[in-house]
Amino acid sequence: MIIMETTIGGIIYEPGSSAKTKTGDWRTFKPIFDNEKCKRCGICQKFCPEGIISINEQGAKANMDYCKGCGICAEECPFKAITMEVEKK
Amino acid sequence: MNEPENELLAPGHRTCAGCGPAIAIRQMLRATGKNVVICEATGCMEVTSTAYPETSWKVPWIHVLFENVSSVASGVKEALIKQGKDDVKVIALAGDGGMVDIGFRALSGAMERGHDVLFLCYDNEAYMNTGVQRSGATPFGAATTTSPAGTEIAGKQEWKKNVPFIAVAHGLKYVATASIAYPEDFQAKIKKALSIKGPKYLHVHCPCPVGWGCDGAKTIKYAKAAVETGLWALYEIEEGKLKLNTKPSELKPAEEYLRGQRRFKHLKEEDIKKIEKHAKQRFDHLLELENSEISLLKVL
Repeated sequence: MIIMETTIGGIIYEPGSSAKTKTGDWRTFKPIFDNEKCKRCGICQKFCPEGIISINEQGAKANMDYCKGCGICAEECPFKAITMEVEKK
Repeated sequence: MNEPENELLAPGHRTCAGCGPAIAIRQMLRATGKNVVICEATGCMEVTSTAYPETSWKVPWIHVLFENVSSVASGVKEALIKQGKDDVKVIALAGDGGMVDIGFRALSGAMERGHDVLFLCYDNEAYMNTGVQRSGATPFGAATTTSPAGTEIAGKQEWKKNVPFIAVAHGLKYVATASIAYPEDFQAKIKKALSIKGPKYLHVHCPCPVGWGCDGAKTIKYAKAAVETGLWALYEIEEGKLKLNTKPSELKPAEEYLRGQRRFKHLKEEDIKKIEKHAKQRFDHLLELENSEISLLKVL
């Protein structure tokens, strides 16, 4: 039997600690960003369920530690700058 | 602005790939900022955002039962007022099951007592967390594990419960509906709601790829199609006066929304026509209400 130690009231003291769990290994597909086509509009950023897409002058990039490969970014990109590819592990 | 370092919901949450509610919560936190306390009922976003001993939240957050999120939010708000922290906003957050069914009594009580709380329902149209059971917010015709499509019935046989209008019937000064496909509209409504003192109600529509049986990449596509077909309408009711926020010149055929979702795949041509007719009539009534001078609060 595993007994887990809990805090009083189940209080979690560390905000945002779920970042310790890397959900990236759930992924079957991965987004490939074409920064030639990318217009830095930020639409992918708005609709990413994980909130892990960053955009700068170089273009857009997803934090692959957490990307679950849902493909919303590729589907919503108006410039077709994102394509989904099968992840090779 | 939308950079990950400004995010108030950390990644690593356990929502399914393509989760609509996760997008709703992210968009919500962008609008609220840090000065907020979130009270959340049991549901998908509660379970997946706080796998003990971890949490995705970077704002104060409390988990309560399905039944009593509105009661707890009332208490939190009153306690903050007693402490002189009047500026801290309080949101009672629940899914459709936790808000419009199980938590409905507490919601009604809290709205009637007039607490300065925003009641926010993220509606994915069934009890997804427990394995897709029908809720009051499940639409007509949708197959769930407790309204299966078979020889007896073709999915749920009742229409979606209209909770925004029930909230208006409590005399609320601000009630609105939103969709994750229209983030600017949704966020403007949150900001407006939080600037108003007293109870307010917001209902945001967000697809669930797992429960609806659709491609996770198309979450936003379906959210948008629901609005474009009139099966979900974006409006706000201020002081009893209704204003539609999207007015397509012509509603798209319901088929564009219904096809591609497993929960509707049993629907026959006549069922789709029935749903389409209902959406059209409802939309016309909303237009009529918009053009009418009568405040809905006057009939209370």
